[in-house]
Amino acid sequence: MINKSNKVLNKNITKLVNEPYKYGFATEIEKESFSKGLNEDVIRSISQKKNEPKFLLDFRLKAYKKWKTMKCPEWAQLRFFENNYQDIIYYSAPKSTEKLNSLEEVDPEILKTFEKLGISLTEQKRLTNVAVDAVFDSVSIATTFKEELAQYGVIFCSISEAVKNYPNLIKKYLGTVVPIGDNYFTALNSAVFTDGSFCYIPENTKCPLELSTYFRINEQNSGQFERTLIVAEKNSQVSYLEGCTAPKYDENQLHAAVVELVALDNANIKYSTVQNWYSGDNKGKGGIFNFVTKRGLCAGKNSKISWTQVETGSSITWKYPSCTLVGDDSKGEFYSVALTNNFQQTDTGSKMIHVGKNTKSRIVSKGISAGNSKNTYRGHVAINKKAAGARNYSQCDSLLVGNSSNANTFPFIYVNNSTGKIEHEASTSKIGEEQVFYFLQRGISLEKAIELIISGFCREVFTELPLEFSVEADKLLSLKLEGSIG
Amino acid sequence: MNKNIPILEIQNLKVSINDNEILKNLNLVVNKGEIHAIMGTNGSGKSTLSKVIAGHPSYSVLDGDIIYNGKSILNLEPEERSHLGIFLAFQYPIEIPGVSNEDFLYLSYNSKLQSEGKEEIGPIEFFSIISEKLKIVEMSDNFLSRNVNEGFSGGEKKRNEIVQMLLLDSKLSILDETDSGLDIDALKIISKGIGTFMNNEKAIILITHYQRLLEYVKPNFIHVMQNGKIIKTGTAELAKELEEKGYEWLK
Repeated sequence: MINKSNKVLNKNITKLVNEPYKYGFATEIEKESFSKGLNEDVIRSISQKKNEPKFLLDFRLKAYKKWKTMKCPEWAQLRFFENNYQDIIYYSAPKSTEKLNSLEEVDPEILKTFEKLGISLTEQKRLTNVAVDAVFDSVSIATTFKEELAQYGVIFCSISEAVKNYPNLIKKYLGTVVPIGDNYFTALNSAVFTDGSFCYIPENTKCPLELSTYFRINEQNSGQFERTLIVAEKNSQVSYLEGCTAPKYDENQLHAAVVELVALDNANIKYSTVQNWYSGDNKGKGGIFNFVTKRGLCAGKNSKISWTQVETGSSITWKYPSCTLVGDDSKGEFYSVALTNNFQQTDTGSKMIHVGKNTKSRIVSKGISAGNSKNTYRGHVAINKKAAGARNYSQCDSLLVGNSSNANTFPFIYVNNSTGKIEHEASTSKIGEEQVFYFLQRGISLEKAIELIISGFCREVFTELPLEFSVEADKLLSLKLEGSIG
Repeated sequence: MNKNIPILEIQNLKVSINDNEILKNLNLVVNKGEIHAIMGTNGSGKSTLSKVIAGHPSYSVLDGDIIYNGKSILNLEPEERSHLGIFLAFQYPIEIPGVSNEDFLYLSYNSKLQSEGKEEIGPIEFFSIISEKLKIVEMSDNFLSRNVNEGFSGGEKKRNEIVQMLLLDSKLSILDETDSGLDIDALKIISKGIGTFMNNEKAIILITHYQRLLEYVKPNFIHVMQNGKIIKTGTAELAKELEEKGYEWLK
């Protein structure tokens, strides 16, 4: 009995979900790009372009060698044509950036771009409590609040700058949490990464501002390979947020990032992501391929790393923010909302590796699938032999919208210590026609109904986001879902 | 006096779903101040009738008209019909995970105010309004913080429907088997709620299988539906007769 009306309702909801992508414009700028293709020379050129020390070039070349022996992983619930890695531009930067001394020298077109995206880089209009590092294609354009942060000993700059100014820190930590050969995409990233952010919080310091990086892919055929490294020394605390957008192009673009977090004794890192890369059109054409490896190392006692992600963009997302809990009493958390629509595919989840005693982890994953999309949760919880008293709680909820979407849950659990405790809860529900009719009959509009259902479903995760962004995330989801129930 | 001022007129209504004709030339007039009961066997079209009046998108109206307060409502969306004062108490109230009853009721109430061009009210003012309604059906305030119908007992769900009816102060209320699955105490509470709610400006349509509810809520008319039509109309006596003899007797 539902077929006919589903069409009507689906149409309404599809309209609702398919709000045009607001960030799909491209910026015309003079740029300097390498030609397409990847080989040792390209890697040497990137390294030379950035005046890198030898240890980093060696790091890159080692990674490249490793990558050549590896294969693109096929275990994920994703279907796509593998990228032709010779058809990608590995370095593209706005031309004027080479000798920049201040923000005034940044190409006004780029400043305008970031303003259009809602990220104002000009100090006057800055968000008062957020420091921003803006990455445009392969380079970091500007970082705000640097001096203010320096007073506290906090380092927040692009990773290229960090390589120049703090080579010892980079040498000490780069590749220690995510080894070069961890997987296909980390090897690729380690070979060709161009920029990203570096944060260092010294001992006994609570970072006074939210740190934030905004990633923008502009160039049509370029890949973005950024690298983020955050180190929190003993008794320090930091909250970091990243946001991402890209123009609408018919061809798929590759984004393969690596994020490494290190938390020492009693340190606390909170890492939040609002990912809204272009997701392709309603026929599944175009969009970003998002292959990201994010991992945190709770190296110190009683340290804590918390991942929060709101994933709404990309045609393909492959991402498992993880925590390795080495320090005794350390804690890992993962809160995720992944929304897919049209032909988007997402295979995401978390890994929690318990090594130290009395380590705790918590996973809360909310998947929303609409249209013809595919939304998969994949989890890996391991309690190692020595991790006495370790505990994990996982909760995976899926919400289906319409009749053609798909939700999967694959939790993997390994317990090697009999004192460990693991709980796993999962649920699947559907926004049905009857549910929506119930709202309508009570005089509530379709838009409000969807908004309420979705935000109710995601509440546990949104409360984990920094305040400024939880409202935005709520809005983003209802925008994305405009038009999709049945 | 409201005598014979029709609030609802259904004229030669033909309704189908997926090409199955469910309602066939149905006629019904309900005046302000009246309570009508519709009885009939399973599958006779009672629930379809209630959903069509509320504007459920699954059904297509092939012929005929539904006139509410003198105007056809066939082209109105379900939420517009709700704003005009049409209320449907669901036979199976829907569960909405993660959404609190309070948020749901608050939004519903303000949507109605907005449609009437009135200013929306704040949560504190709303709380005093809803608390009063909850008392009528003997539900405690903590029910507001629970998710809509989630984990509610059958009786709680039905009471929740009545609370919503009281809150929205609807003009035409259709209660689709609100009495089924209720114990006698809950039935009395709900009947009391309906009693305090009803007045000369309103009308109620009770859809029921049993005569039981009709002992507490006295209808002016009883209609018997069969095969998508009203085949007999009578007074309260008819219900008793049906209870004794069954529907076969009418054939």
